[in-house]
Amino acid sequence: MKSISNADTRTLYFVAIIAILAPFILNPFPTDSGLAQFNAGYPDLMQRFAIYGILAIGFNILFGLTGYLSFGHAAFLGVGSYSAVWMFKLLSMNIIPAIILSVIVAGLFSLLIGFISLRRSGIYFSILTLAFAQMSFALAYSVLTPLTNGETGLQITLNDPRIFAAENVSGNLPVTSLFGMEMRDTWTLNLGAWDFQFNIGYYICAIFLLIAFYLSIRIFRSPFGMMLRAVKTNQTRLNYTGINTRPYTLAAFVISGMYAGLAGGLMASMDPLAGAERMQWTASGEIVLMTILGGTGTLLGPVMGAGFIKYFENIFSKINDTVLHGWFAWMPDGLENVIVWILHLFTGKGWHLTLGIMFMLIVIFLPGGLMEGMSRIGNWWKRRKGGDENTSEAKSTPAE
Amino acid sequence: MDAILLQILNGLDKGSAYALIALGLTLIFGTLGVVNFAHGALFMLGAFCAVSLQKLMSVSKITIDPSQLDFLGNPLKVKTPYIVEWFGPNVGNVIIDWNVPLSIIVAIPVMLSIGYIMERGLIKHFYKRPHADQILVTFGLAIVIQELVKANYGANPIPTPAPDQFVGSFNVGALIGLDASYPYWRLIYFAFSAVIISAVFAFLRFTTFGMVVRAGMADRETVGLLGINIDRRFTIMFGIAAAVAGLAGVMYTPINSPNYHMGMDFLVLSFVVVVVGGMGSLPGAVLAGFLLGILESFASMNEVKGFFEMLYLPSIDQIIIYLVAIIVLLTRPRGLMGKAGVMEE
Repeated sequence: MKSISNADTRTLYFVAIIAILAPFILNPFPTDSGLAQFNAGYPDLMQRFAIYGILAIGFNILFGLTGYLSFGHAAFLGVGSYSAVWMFKLLSMNIIPAIILSVIVAGLFSLLIGFISLRRSGIYFSILTLAFAQMSFALAYSVLTPLTNGETGLQITLNDPRIFAAENVSGNLPVTSLFGMEMRDTWTLNLGAWDFQFNIGYYICAIFLLIAFYLSIRIFRSPFGMMLRAVKTNQTRLNYTGINTRPYTLAAFVISGMYAGLAGGLMASMDPLAGAERMQWTASGEIVLMTILGGTGTLLGPVMGAGFIKYFENIFSKINDTVLHGWFAWMPDGLENVIVWILHLFTGKGWHLTLGIMFMLIVIFLPGGLMEGMSRIGNWWKRRKGGDENTSEAKSTPAE
Repeated sequence: MDAILLQILNGLDKGSAYALIALGLTLIFGTLGVVNFAHGALFMLGAFCAVSLQKLMSVSKITIDPSQLDFLGNPLKVKTPYIVEWFGPNVGNVIIDWNVPLSIIVAIPVMLSIGYIMERGLIKHFYKRPHADQILVTFGLAIVIQELVKANYGANPIPTPAPDQFVGSFNVGALIGLDASYPYWRLIYFAFSAVIISAVFAFLRFTTFGMVVRAGMADRETVGLLGINIDRRFTIMFGIAAAVAGLAGVMYTPINSPNYHMGMDFLVLSFVVVVVGGMGSLPGAVLAGFLLGILESFASMNEVKGFFEMLYLPSIDQIIIYLVAIIVLLTRPRGLMGKAGVMEE
């Protein structure tokens, strides 16, 4: 790791420690307490944190570095999922070939789409990627039904060929595994009132997340990354200096497509099914939102954004009217009903409304996302402290 | 021949919707330089103007009629819409029946003011920000509008029928010696959109206001230097674009029952239409809208599907628009009628 600086190494270690200790950190409330619904330390959600983290890191390599806003990244995610499920159907339930194929297929697919879309820049590019994503959705949803199983979604069945798998005698659907370690295996540690769950699938995702994060640090700090930043700053000037920017942007596009493919492959590895709705443009919008929310062009931001959104999606969707009434039961009835009625819009099924409003607020007031917010708070704190020192100095100087 | 005529007609009504939305998008883009991802939401809001009016009209007064009994033996509650009570049964029922055309009158001021508020309240602050921010904020707005409508009206499509006189179909083919009957309302939709499109073009072409706006589209700064408040006019153009989208939505309700995501479905295709037509070109948007609409309906013809099946290919009616867009962009990167220097970067 000689070419990454100490600060970056520290960030990487920070992410690694968080990822390893996630089952503890995300489970701060005892299992039986009323606050247990705010826990996030169960396998399914932790896997999603890691997978969407990878997705957002990949998207950030394109959008954060080059400034090309792609509205079609969900297509690569979907392609990755479909190819992984096909591997499970054809070869075996081992996740390694599935993930390799999903990365390769997503890479090829993004090469094709990038080659066409990157002929234009700016708004044109966004619209083109959006159109391609919708086209992929239509392809998966109806046109290519033999390959994708249409609106039902692609699933594994008992009579798939699976040429490398041992004979299935149990009569149950096989589960995804890594050389015998089943993805769904969870070891629960009971400590007093707390249950901490350690899931193999999650740790596999976390390893991939760390690799993805390390690679993105390397890309950010490489000459290639500098070139991409130059594209973002002023592409015209680069062109005038005689540099063809297309290979660089295309490479960035393909890399981020492969990240999305990896995420899709992992998603299918954790739960071997793939559906067309994974490719819909609202899904692409969500990826954009994660990156923006965390902080575009920062290393840590996208991962934070992904975790933030997935966590609140989970929490908000759980809060239904009964829970709300439970919370505000101490209020007078009329007031309680009014408050529950207002909050009802935003919670439960109204989560998307909260998401949309959050999205707008972030874009309007905090274009740098959470990372900018944190650094602003940090600066304000420093200035306040520094300000105090200055005033004391100011007092002391006249005396001299 | 009959089938071909029918497919052309079929394409016209979808094409009209594409053309109207794409026209509004291009107006906004040409004047303010903003790509409005919330334009589909405006289309949907227009459709929900009709739904709201329908709901409003069916607000009923409940009277208890002791002479009639319901199946439980209680006096029957009779619901009479207030409209019927005020105007009498003849006029009242006609008014309720003509809900969709009447919604136009409601939708115009509503959509104009929504457009005005949107521009002044939000988009105004984004002119100096990067294009990506403009896309993102309008995208967020689209989600918010969509979810609010969903929270208010539910997720299911709400049927809003056309007036009784326009139910049924008309044999258009008979006029030119062919046989192709076609629903009245779709013909009306096409005629309506033709009127709207011509009105917009005439407005830009033959009025002083339109002339100033066209000058502003060509060179905003110079027009500003001449002492004309161009921002104000552009704001009004935004309102007009919103109204065009809204009217397209109002009139579309009898064809497809409106639901909260109809706007998004149309928006993506309208973007493709704009790109194919050439960014910033109003005639291009209209032309491409109709072309792609007709093309789409041709691709869904059984004969075409059969042809593809013969070649062991899947039918492409779902993706034909995108395929055409790719081909157009690869051969004519500026679109069919795009002008040099618009969004070239």
